[in-house]
Amino acid sequence: MILASAGNVVVWMVWVVAAFSCLGSGVAVISFSNPFFSALALIGNLASLAVMYLLLNAEFVAAAQVLVYAGAVVVMFLFVIAYVGPRRETPWSGGPSWQTAGAVAAAGALLVEIVVAVGMQANGSLHSDGKIGPAFGTPAWIGRVFLVDHLLAFEITSVVLLIAAVGGVILGSHTRRATV
Amino acid sequence: MAGPDVAWYVAVAAVLFGIGALGVLIRRNTLVVLLSLELMLNAGNLALIALSRHFHNGAGQIFALAVMAVAASEVCVGLGLVVALNRRELSLDVDTLSELKG
Repeated sequence: MILASAGNVVVWMVWVVAAFSCLGSGVAVISFSNPFFSALALIGNLASLAVMYLLLNAEFVAAAQVLVYAGAVVVMFLFVIAYVGPRRETPWSGGPSWQTAGAVAAAGALLVEIVVAVGMQANGSLHSDGKIGPAFGTPAWIGRVFLVDHLLAFEITSVVLLIAAVGGVILGSHTRRATV
Repeated sequence: MAGPDVAWYVAVAAVLFGIGALGVLIRRNTLVVLLSLELMLNAGNLALIALSRHFHNGAGQIFALAVMAVAASEVCVGLGLVVALNRRELSLDVDTLSELKG
């Protein structure tokens, strides 16, 4: 019993660290004036999200998150940021002040709307009893669910990725002269 | 379930989504807008995985993997657009990119 409650405290501590670093690096992403640092802050955000996925018994998704996002997406961002060169732009600098105030109000309204909608829908039922099978979230289980139950989604995802890759190549290789 | 309830994870996801939405609205650099979109997609992923754990249902994790693939596609096309804009020596400021006429 004491051991179980000690484990609970450890999980809480890990969660608090992961949640605060997740939100802190999220704020850092949108507040750095140099996009290079924003992309680096996104790596911290993705890593702390992967820790939370591990706490939620989603080991395979956590590994895929680190591989796909930190390994591929952020590296592609860094390449493009290095390619287009330094373009500094401080936050809160766009447009007149009423636009900034409107942006803050819209984001706040969106947050309040999400909280109210989820709170009304959940109605205090989001207390998990913790009964999951030992295989939940393991790669073997994910593979069975993905390739048996959700095979159509898997195939459509591959087609979407192929179309996006072709679109990226076409956009990047377009050499018509600018007329502006 | 050891540690915090699923509601805490969903709360973190909601706040992260709000931060991403704020970034999309207040920033003008196309690259930072794309990074903020990634924040919003990741917030959605966190909520999906938390509720997948809550309902003991694997569909949420599969959906999160599909969202990752869509996010990778979005970054591929978005960065292709940024490279194309840069090659034509256009500004990367979203306020000046008000028309798509090529």
